[in-house]
Amino acid sequence: MTALDVRDLTVAYPQAHGRPFRAVERLSFSLRAGRTLALVGESGSGKSSVLKALSRLVRPAEGSILLDGREGVRGREYRRAVQMVFQDPFASLNPSHTVDHHLRRPLLATGRARRGAEADEAVAALLRQVNLTPAADVARKRPHELSGGQRQRVAIARALAPEPAVLLADEPVSMLDVSIRLEILNLLDRLKRERDLALLYVTHDLATARHFSSEIMVMYRGEVVERGPSDEVILDPRHPYTRLLAAAAPRTGASREEVREARRVRLESRARRDAERREVVVGEGCRFRPRCPFAMDSCARRPPEVQVAPPPDGDGGTGHRALCWLYADPAAAAGALPAAGPAAAVPPHRAAP
Amino acid sequence: MNAPATAPAGPGSPAGPDGPDGRDVVLRARDVRVEYDGERPTRAVRGVSFELRRGEVLGIAGESGCGKSTLAYAVTRMLKAPARMTGGSLSFRTREGEELDLLALDEEGLRTFRWSRLSLVFQSAMNALNPVTTVGRQFADVFRAHRPDMGPEERDRRARELLEMVGIDADRVRSHPHELSGGMRQRVVIAMALALEPDVVIMDEPTTALDVVVQREILDEVERLRAELGFSVVFITHDLGLLLEISDRLAVMYAGEVVEYAPAEQLAGGAAHPYTQGLLRSFPDLAGERRELRGIPGSPPDLRGDLAGCAFADRCEHAFEPCRTTAPRLLDLGRAAGPWSAACHLHDPAHRPPAGAPARPGAPAPSDVPAPSDVPAPSGTPVPAGTPEPAPAAPGGGPTTEGRQP
Repeated sequence: MTALDVRDLTVAYPQAHGRPFRAVERLSFSLRAGRTLALVGESGSGKSSVLKALSRLVRPAEGSILLDGREGVRGREYRRAVQMVFQDPFASLNPSHTVDHHLRRPLLATGRARRGAEADEAVAALLRQVNLTPAADVARKRPHELSGGQRQRVAIARALAPEPAVLLADEPVSMLDVSIRLEILNLLDRLKRERDLALLYVTHDLATARHFSSEIMVMYRGEVVERGPSDEVILDPRHPYTRLLAAAAPRTGASREEVREARRVRLESRARRDAERREVVVGEGCRFRPRCPFAMDSCARRPPEVQVAPPPDGDGGTGHRALCWLYADPAAAAGALPAAGPAAAVPPHRAAP
Repeated sequence: MNAPATAPAGPGSPAGPDGPDGRDVVLRARDVRVEYDGERPTRAVRGVSFELRRGEVLGIAGESGCGKSTLAYAVTRMLKAPARMTGGSLSFRTREGEELDLLALDEEGLRTFRWSRLSLVFQSAMNALNPVTTVGRQFADVFRAHRPDMGPEERDRRARELLEMVGIDADRVRSHPHELSGGMRQRVVIAMALALEPDVVIMDEPTTALDVVVQREILDEVERLRAELGFSVVFITHDLGLLLEISDRLAVMYAGEVVEYAPAEQLAGGAAHPYTQGLLRSFPDLAGERRELRGIPGSPPDLRGDLAGCAFADRCEHAFEPCRTTAPRLLDLGRAAGPWSAACHLHDPAHRPPAGAPARPGAPAPSDVPAPSDVPAPSGTPVPAGTPEPAPAAPGGGPTTEGRQP
């Protein structure tokens, strides 16, 4: 079931000179109950702008956000249903308030519990849900007495207090120690299942995106350039940008020779590009064109979103899609696609349906 | 480079100053200890020893608070109160074969030593540049301070050369830092660190704030420059996956101590210390099988005061009796892959339950074990020599060495 439907979302920021800067361009996706959608991209790709629009911190320039199929849901009801976990648990909790206060406030404000014993019990229940025990001890503490992982658990508990249908997690583990990241992600995964939450997991880490989500969207400069079931997007990336991302991830299993070879290919392909060209404004065409090793003439026009693989039966998703001319025009692509380094080149005959 | 072994082998380092591959040791730290003063002093670095060979990359991995950055500051003698070095020695061998005792250097000696012999790339290197002046002037500052006989034209020429070396347009000498992207700023900082052709560059989380793609470009660049210029790198990060790929040898730190030293290439397949195994498990492999993922439960111990037994025991799934009472020492595992040691009772013949893997026959008692060649035994370890009782009664359900292989 669709919990949150985003249609043609465009976020634009005014600029002192010239036209508004369009940080997110005509983005559409759905969050479904009990499923995790990962939004992956580098900084400046527009991930945070998407979250700001979804949490109503900025007003979208165009497009609509439908909660439970309804547009224009009132602020109070919307905020109760859509909650957020922020990146930095050191900044997102108020240092002068206790954990109890952080959890009691949203419970009372959203009418999920009545003052007194009922709220006490609800606070304890939230803490137990995020594995912070003994709950009574933790509730008395202030943020500085907790570790980063514990703080993030409190932030998650706070987001759960209004019993939301949608949880937006903005890089929820990137500020945490490596050894506890998986625990927090496993916790989010469990809560998603238990509470049938629709989870949007925003991250730049491809590996956890793959392991903790059913679908992945890859964003580049405000546009989703590739989307699809997570295994397909990661193991068989089609868009040149996704391939670049996948090639940049460290490979624990690789031998020295493989590492050296991958490095050689990367250095070579980079030498072909001018480092400064990435700053060039590209106008209407593909935004990845200046960095793309396969760029060709047609890339000066806006690329189409091509279905490279159909959705699995009964999945209800959109299947595997890439915003790239390579898959729209196999004949033109045949000449442009060399063997492409670490991620194997896609044979052109497989490229288009 | 076949530098002759001129210095005598230090005590506790029977293999001498040269590594097995003939590269000489450029930086040697012995039993370094650092405390942060306070009501109960925090002992952040507890007897760390390492050797850095010329031209190699030594990775130091660990969680935040394990002392890895403090160690970097100690090695460069940049600790400021309340931190202070309470023990250990640091020696440095220059390219010319001169042996320097870093702890004996005075202010003036340190000033000439830093940057020209050993430079640092900081954690927040993106913000290490002065925002109100151009990149070129900042290079010029470095040369004015360290190469006073360089003329203005030569300073400018060298600055341009360095920028080109790290893949930035030479005309960027006229740019202010805010005109550069994060990745470019990081390259500028690396170019500055290399400006005086140091023997050693210490990089403390140099790419953590950057995007994966940019991070990858910077790492490739560092690797290329290292091959070209031949400096050594101490690379500090929490990202073990990254270290496995870029370093020659790896030291894993936990609670202020090194718990495992290993050749980086083999570590992923044979991590000996449960903490290293846990760290390895904490990174899902991008293309690997989907499996249940878990990190390391619990949190690191309080570093104020003494730790009884193994610092990792509370979080360790293999912990058995001696782990609670006796601090393990780094012991050579005698593996073929190269010097490989771990501080874990599971690998200590004196503690290993007989039911487990057969101990090396005739293995000497731990107190007699010669220090591993790359890890000089700290002279003042908290473990009194001979503390482990000989052949303790094996606990019934004692840990086995199975399950060590991830």
